[in-house]
Amino acid sequence: MNLNLKVWRQNSPEEKGQMVDYQLEGISEHMSFLEMMDVLNQKLINSGERPVAFDHDCREGICGSCSMFINGEAHGPVKGTTTCQLHMRSFKDGDTIFIEPFRANAFPVIKDLVINRSAFDRIQHSGGYISVNTSGNTQDANATPIPKENADLAMDAATCIGCGACVATCKNSSAMLFVGAKISQYALLPQGQVEAKDRAQNMVAQMDAEGFGNCTNTGACEVECPKGISLSNIARMNREFLNGSITE
Amino acid sequence: MLSKKQKFSSIGKKVLMALTGFFLMFFLLQHLSINLLSVVNADVFNKVSHFMGTNPVVQYVLQPVLIFSVVFHFAWGMVLEYQNNQARDVKYAKYKGNANATWMSRNMIISGLAVLAFLAIHFYDFWLPEINTKYIQGDMSGMKHGSDNFRYHEELVSKFAHQPIRVVLYIVAFMMLSLHLLHGFQSSFQTVGFNHSKYTPILKKLGNLFAIAVPLGFVIIAIYHYNSQPH
Ligand code: HEM
Ligand code: SF4
Ligand code: FES
Repeated sequence: MNLNLKVWRQNSPEEKGQMVDYQLEGISEHMSFLEMMDVLNQKLINSGERPVAFDHDCREGICGSCSMFINGEAHGPVKGTTTCQLHMRSFKDGDTIFIEPFRANAFPVIKDLVINRSAFDRIQHSGGYISVNTSGNTQDANATPIPKENADLAMDAATCIGCGACVATCKNSSAMLFVGAKISQYALLPQGQVEAKDRAQNMVAQMDAEGFGNCTNTGACEVECPKGISLSNIARMNREFLNGSITE
Repeated sequence: MLSKKQKFSSIGKKVLMALTGFFLMFFLLQHLSINLLSVVNADVFNKVSHFMGTNPVVQYVLQPVLIFSVVFHFAWGMVLEYQNNQARDVKYAKYKGNANATWMSRNMIISGLAVLAFLAIHFYDFWLPEINTKYIQGDMSGMKHGSDNFRYHEELVSKFAHQPIRVVLYIVAFMMLSLHLLHGFQSSFQTVGFNHSKYTPILKKLGNLFAIAVPLGFVIIAIYHYNSQPH
């Protein structure tokens, strides 16, 4: 298939970027989206141009690095997938495809489609952990009884891969789905109770300090999240936060 | 890292928006119930209006809370909208907002501002004359000037009879309110942390019912009074 690509090119964080048009011929519909990008880059290298920088690592939907905003949607048109899990059969011959970085002031562009998501790391450092001694005297996992339902919900929350699609797709660049998931995975388990009072307070404070927007409950994040993280995690974060505010 | 805690966190701001929203929705229901009386029985409507207009709890407790809620809600809504726009300086060249969220949820500021414009007209129509009569001219009797009949029902009817433009404006405004509440009702519960696998779907249905029935009720009343007088 033949494609018209419109790709965001930006040399450095300081430089102003722009959309640049590229034509690609003979792309197989069985290729993944990232393989199509590889073909584009090989073509650019062959003609002496600078290839498009983009993040990728696992190419199987678990690392969360392949941030691309494709035709107006985070990770492209297919729901519940990352960019690396998207295939060219989701497009038609002759299509024009917009490829942009995930955009939010809290996610500055480093180069082309590569963004700096360290804001997520700093949110995690501010409370996304439990203080248990793991040096050699690890407890048997079944020693602490946990209701199956809570274990499942915590596991669901823990499937968040920190990709940032929720922020990218949100009209407010809100990070509440990510933070809600990271708070929920501990809030639901007994091990998470020790720091529970401060966790939501500190993580929300860090989230705000990073410059993410406020949630309007549009639900776009939940739809675009490759891991299907549910909005109920945001409600749980709100409860945890209010609980921490009222009973501090 | 608690020192980073701002006076109003993102969640705190949202909760204030939801709480004022709750109060406004409660107020709408109360307002509609009384207005419906104007269709059923002019006498009862007059008596209830007089009670609401002179009862100290309504006038000096609920009314200030209402004024505060309205002003706070729209002012805060604008602040949030501004801050949320500030969170993304470089906009997308292509952004498919409708692929994953409803128009209502993405445009609360538009439906909100439309309702605000309506409120300005509505205050000019009813609230300012009422305040003027009661608190500036000091006439707390509720009577029509120089008579011993209550004035409320007559004033209400006169605003709509032979006033097609006002009726149309009301209809448009209430459609915007409906859009606002189609998202706002269920959203406010999510904001205060209520999300339940069984009750939230029911609540969303209830919200849709509220968002359609309440504005429709106001519209029907306006049309009723428009038609109640011979043309
Ligand atoms: C009778 C009038 C009104 C009612 C009943 C009402 C109700 C609500 C409710 C229930 C919400 C949801 C709160 C949440 O998501 O937690 C909301 C949100 C909102 N309202 Fe209103 N509202 C009214 C008037 C207005 C006006 C006059 C404005 C003017 C700008 C406005 C602007 C907004 C905005 C911008 C939001 C979204 C806030 C956000 O989530 O970011 N509203 N409203
Ligand atoms: S919540 Fe979903 S979209 Fe957001 S970072 Fe986690 S996996 Fe990605
Ligand atoms: S490259 Fe790892 S999720 Fe796409």
